[in-house]
Amino acid sequence: MDALTLTHYAVYFALLALLAVPLGRYVADVYEGRARFAQRLLGPFERRVYRLAGTSADEEMSWRRYTFSLLVFNLAGALVVYLLQRWQGALPLNPAGLPAVNPANAFNTAVSFATNTNWQCYGGETTMSHLTQMAALTVQNFLSAATGMAVAVTLARGFARRGVETLGSFWVDLVRGTLYVLLPLSLLCAGLLVSQGVVQTGRGELAAELVEPQAGVPLQTIAIGPVASQVAIKQLGTNGGGYYNTNSAHPLENPTPLSNLIQVLSILLLPAAFCFAFGRLVGSRRHGWMLFAAMTALLVPLLLVGAAAERAGNPALDGLGLDQSAGNMEGKEVRFGVPGSALWAAATTAASNGSVNSMHDSFTPLGGLVPLWLIQLGEVVFGGVGSGLYGMLMFVVVAVFIAGLMVGRTPELLGKKVEAFEMKMASLVILVPAAAVLLGTAVAVSLQKAAAAAPNPGPHGFTEILYAFSSAANNNGSAFAGLDATSTFYAVALGLCMLVGRYWVIVPVLALAGSLARKKIVPASAGTLPTDTPLFVLMLVGVVVLVGALTFFPALALGPIVEHLRLSAGAGGAP
Amino acid sequence: MLRILRPALTLLLLFTVLLGLAYPAVVTGFAQLVFPRQANGSAIDLDGRTVGSGLIGQQFARPDNFWGRPSATSPEPYRAAASTGSNLGPSNPALRAAVAARVDALRAADPGDRRPIPVDLVTTSGSGLDPHISPAAAYYQVPRVARSRGLPEETVHSLVDAHREGRLLGLFGEPRVNVLRLNLALNRLEAGGPR
Repeated sequence: MDALTLTHYAVYFALLALLAVPLGRYVADVYEGRARFAQRLLGPFERRVYRLAGTSADEEMSWRRYTFSLLVFNLAGALVVYLLQRWQGALPLNPAGLPAVNPANAFNTAVSFATNTNWQCYGGETTMSHLTQMAALTVQNFLSAATGMAVAVTLARGFARRGVETLGSFWVDLVRGTLYVLLPLSLLCAGLLVSQGVVQTGRGELAAELVEPQAGVPLQTIAIGPVASQVAIKQLGTNGGGYYNTNSAHPLENPTPLSNLIQVLSILLLPAAFCFAFGRLVGSRRHGWMLFAAMTALLVPLLLVGAAAERAGNPALDGLGLDQSAGNMEGKEVRFGVPGSALWAAATTAASNGSVNSMHDSFTPLGGLVPLWLIQLGEVVFGGVGSGLYGMLMFVVVAVFIAGLMVGRTPELLGKKVEAFEMKMASLVILVPAAAVLLGTAVAVSLQKAAAAAPNPGPHGFTEILYAFSSAANNNGSAFAGLDATSTFYAVALGLCMLVGRYWVIVPVLALAGSLARKKIVPASAGTLPTDTPLFVLMLVGVVVLVGALTFFPALALGPIVEHLRLSAGAGGAP
Repeated sequence: MLRILRPALTLLLLFTVLLGLAYPAVVTGFAQLVFPRQANGSAIDLDGRTVGSGLIGQQFARPDNFWGRPSATSPEPYRAAASTGSNLGPSNPALRAAVAARVDALRAADPGDRRPIPVDLVTTSGSGLDPHISPAAAYYQVPRVARSRGLPEETVHSLVDAHREGRLLGLFGEPRVNVLRLNLALNRLEAGGPR
């Protein structure tokens, strides 16, 4: 790896930490109701919202009620997205006269946006009316993110509270996360992006006369629209659903190295900040740093492997008289090159973001294995806003349990005993999405028609299907985009995976939070394993890697690994 | 149940108005007021006509113009209403075949030239609309363009120099040349106008 790329990456992580630490402090203040300046500004509006909704800032809920409120709210949101798609033909703000979306794809999209996945089985500008884009999709970008944040904060409360039945109010957490965190950050980010050339207009197209006219095509019609506002929240809320078909590879969605830096920082910003917010909420800032260190320690080596694989170029193109010193450039933009594309690919799959600035499908086998495996680790390496933190905390529970077994003591975490119930919930969270990935892939490759939807031949086609189910069941949303996922089978199967991967995780996490909040604090003794040390970071990283490797190695061997071996042996692209 | 339904439906309605309508409207208002050129697509105007966007590539195939990156959009390349990448896997024989055909086209346009071809000049971009090529890919084409236009190579070479864009802070992004702007500058040069 060259020094320039390494410096680029080092500066990126330094900037990330520099921004995430103060933001984490602010986030913790917001959820505790202690963000003085912001509350002076927005407090009156916030209180009026609670009054309208028939609730108040100091309502308290049991974990069951909290969960039920969350599920009802998410269901209502998904229903609105579904109905707006089905009725858009008869509704206003539909200048292109687009017809209703078919039921299977409408179900897939409704689930996709409500679960913070933002898997897109459609081309935005050719399928969704302006009303659907704004009132359905953009709204869920905010609300699904605020939902994940609320669950993470509630889990933190489970650790912080003792001997109580209640965990706070879902409505208050939802309103605060949206109003004080997501909305101001999105306004700031959207403004910065517009200055770089990301479009934001009510007009639909810009027509240009070609400088070198082509036969039959004298004009270039450039699609424009309200892009910047959607891109800002798509990155900050780890949503990832773009305005254009090619997402942030499109020059009007991501025009310059600066817009790229802003966006790739936005991808990991809130997930990183939530580590530090957690540390403050549970009263141990060292635990925030422990989580940040473990996540960084997982991400950096994988990033370097991916970047090196892409830099090495594609051996299938050897012998054609090319200068491949720029690396594998198929599917990449010149302004980002290999370093900017590899960093984005790692960040967007470490976080459950799923936006892309290059086409992962055209990555070298090992370059594509990195984002695939980062997704399969369960979206815990920074992960989604909120969801990455609670996912990683489940691995922390498993890690202290294993450590407890080794030394023969009852495991504790932040003064709370980890018992059978906690272990059951943590195991569910880790195993259910993994099972959905493997079973879904197995079913798809067994069905002739579903298997044929992968356009690339050989092991690469298998990887495309494996990537789709990994992305859906872990709520990422990126794709090996060659796969044609519009058929009813994929729309329904991937929709079910997204549901399972989101709510079969959220419900056990909230149950665990409820159980923790009831427990008393056990005073630390000589036998307590400290969970805020470099040694524990190592232990945690080991557990995540082992679970991820043991679960997915056989599937990866059939896809990217065998493709890599064939390519380096010269069997791949030879005519 | 009503104790849950009332806040759920009230908040959903309220947020739909605030986030789905007010938020994009505020950003649009700001963008149109402060950055009107960028917000509307960074158009390049020439003699009162719009000849392109400074951020969107165009198809160039004549030997006297610099060529951009191959584009996977369809039916025609650089179709800016429907961006797409090729999504060809690295081991797909179709990828090697496509690259080989592009190599042949470049060699045919400049038969004497046997130098290695910079890889970005024969691989498709992610968006299919990439406005840039690497400086190496621009310098590679200088002899062909200069000969076709009857210009000294040094003149064309220094024009490429003038259109190089560097990394942000020497660190972020890659060096690049905007093909549309470079070709427009070539046209101006031939017309005898100011560079």
